[in-house]
Amino acid sequence: MKLAVLSGKGGTGKTLVSVNLAAVAKNSVYVDCDVEEPNGHLFFKPTEIETETVAIKIPVVDEDLCLGCRKCVDFCKFNALAAIVNKLLVFDDICHSCGGCIMLCPSNALTEKDKVIGEIKTGISEEVKVISGILNTGEVSGIPIIKELLKKTAAEKRLTLIDCPPGSACIVMESIRDADYCILVAEPTIFGRHNLALVYELVKLFNKPHGVVINKCMPGENLIETFCIENKINVLSKIPFESELGAINSDGEIAVKSEKYYGLFSELLQAVVKEVEHETVTHS
Amino acid sequence: MKQLLILSGKGGTGKTTLASAFIKMAQAKVYADCDVDAPNLHLALKHLSQPKRNDFYGMPKAEINPTLCAKCDRCIENCRFDAISVDDDGYHVDPFACEGCGVCEIVCPVRAISLKLHIAGELMLYHEDVVFSTAQLKMGSGTSGMLVTEVKKQMKSVDVGADLAIIDGSPGIGCPVIASISGVDMVLIVAEPSVSGISDMERIIKTAQTFHTKTVVCVNKYDTNLKKTEAIIEYCKEYNIPYMGNIPYDENAVKTINQGLTIADVFCDAGFAAQVVFNNTMKELKL
Amino acid sequence: MKIAIPADEKNLAGEVCMSFGRAPYFYIYETITKMGDFIENEAASSPGGAGIKAAQIVVDNHADILITPRCGENAAEVFKATELQIYKSKNGSISDNLDAYHNDKLSKLENFHAGFHGVTGN
Repeated sequence: MKLAVLSGKGGTGKTLVSVNLAAVAKNSVYVDCDVEEPNGHLFFKPTEIETETVAIKIPVVDEDLCLGCRKCVDFCKFNALAAIVNKLLVFDDICHSCGGCIMLCPSNALTEKDKVIGEIKTGISEEVKVISGILNTGEVSGIPIIKELLKKTAAEKRLTLIDCPPGSACIVMESIRDADYCILVAEPTIFGRHNLALVYELVKLFNKPHGVVINKCMPGENLIETFCIENKINVLSKIPFESELGAINSDGEIAVKSEKYYGLFSELLQAVVKEVEHETVTHS
Repeated sequence: MKQLLILSGKGGTGKTTLASAFIKMAQAKVYADCDVDAPNLHLALKHLSQPKRNDFYGMPKAEINPTLCAKCDRCIENCRFDAISVDDDGYHVDPFACEGCGVCEIVCPVRAISLKLHIAGELMLYHEDVVFSTAQLKMGSGTSGMLVTEVKKQMKSVDVGADLAIIDGSPGIGCPVIASISGVDMVLIVAEPSVSGISDMERIIKTAQTFHTKTVVCVNKYDTNLKKTEAIIEYCKEYNIPYMGNIPYDENAVKTINQGLTIADVFCDAGFAAQVVFNNTMKELKL
Repeated sequence: MKIAIPADEKNLAGEVCMSFGRAPYFYIYETITKMGDFIENEAASSPGGAGIKAAQIVVDNHADILITPRCGENAAEVFKATELQIYKSKNGSISDNLDAYHNDKLSKLENFHAGFHGVTGN
């Protein structure tokens, strides 16, 4: 079972929810797809870490073979190539590695080489397998790393928590593609409601079963709860705003290690699992 | 006109809460929201008029003409982004996966594929007694530095003789952030006292430094973790980054924002502290 | 010798454009004939890599000198492969800057800002 945890914006408690669900489930896998700001490992502090690099293919030019025809320069939609005084320049950081320039080169002057854009670290934290994708600073797109992360976990039988990047961009779509269920985390503010509406559109578009976790709840009217009632979205859990939970989280500790929060997240997990099983029944 | 950019590394640190307060304190005539993924600044500041709206075009996307398609599969085989699929209804381009590289167009033997303009978002410009530039990316469109550049360009398109512009930046460290930083006079980082907050702050400081842009730091919700706040102050000392001050966690801040006001509009602890941070920031900016 | 200057509008009295890659026009001035032309900068509308393409256009127009307020790393990389010299523009019109160049009042541009790539993912 694969559960994707997302939010319209960072800082709403997406990592809090996914880390603690993975921890409470035990014998589970936590995948950090927030490759620009991967923070899950700060909580799990995994050991026995294995690192592998993620590379993309970029063109490399053999100047002796280059005819200066500029077919590649004219083709490249990203402007990653320039032909200057009999010299072909390739801009690695701009290249989207589509391979078009290599196809078009009439003199085989262009070949491909690997360029490392980040890495994947796999480690163990008690009974949780922790997999983090890390994009190198200055790189254009984290999608190749996310694809690699999802490939690694595709055959995974254990409960898998996918900590998605914030927002509703294509990189998020990539992260939820294989998910059985999406957990949307939102804060009860007018900002939070606006951001939830964006990510709610996304899961509807992908036809993913989903429910909402409201984080940092305070007494009184709850904007997210109202939004969920209006849109008939299931509220899975309401995490109270408590300085104790805030302190545990800001110190990089896992909340379910305290008995007080163990119950909260284990109930949430049960609620989600029930939802997914219900989905499977109604869809089969 | 000096441009102050407010950044946070990650969302949720109170960047927009602070930006909206700064706009009120400075009585800024010009401001922009560069968080084009999930813009929020318009929710915190009331604008009476309707904005001028303009479509924003991103990378063109491939389109397959089904009547010309020879069903040869070459496009599928050559697409590095797995953007083309085939089913009983024919060949389809997934616009969310397509990066507009044009490889399918050149491998298609029957010219059934062409790249078509694709609307990736919308630019909005409010022009009342103030100028407010903002935008919203369409869902699934990649975070776009170019849209951020357009938001800033739009902001400067109307000259109202202001000496300060306040820009609410985008989260992350990627391309939109770099596009936000480019050309501004100073970056104020709103950090959160937590392990993730510090890690995000360090990454964003590195990014700003590559631009030789003056960078200053403040801590929001400092009292939620005093030790981590200390650590941030130490870090700033060590790397010679001017520290603008602390803002406490304040329940009133959330209530204020939910009423559509800024923390500068009401009497609250967060508002008072933000005023100090604002004054220090203006001093650093020499305004 | 040819001088290139990014321009906001096709007007010598207009300001030098603040952006190199995304300038709508370039003014290309020939110092021997004292004649100049405005050319369109096709790179301005590129979603990404505008600086590189703009540099390619400037080089293809055989410019020897570029007068610009700013220039990105990638465009600078393109120019490095040529003999082209980059000078930092002053506040004022295109004409003012041409005059300033002729009177040795402009200094070389030495800081190149990091590139921003225009598009990520798609």
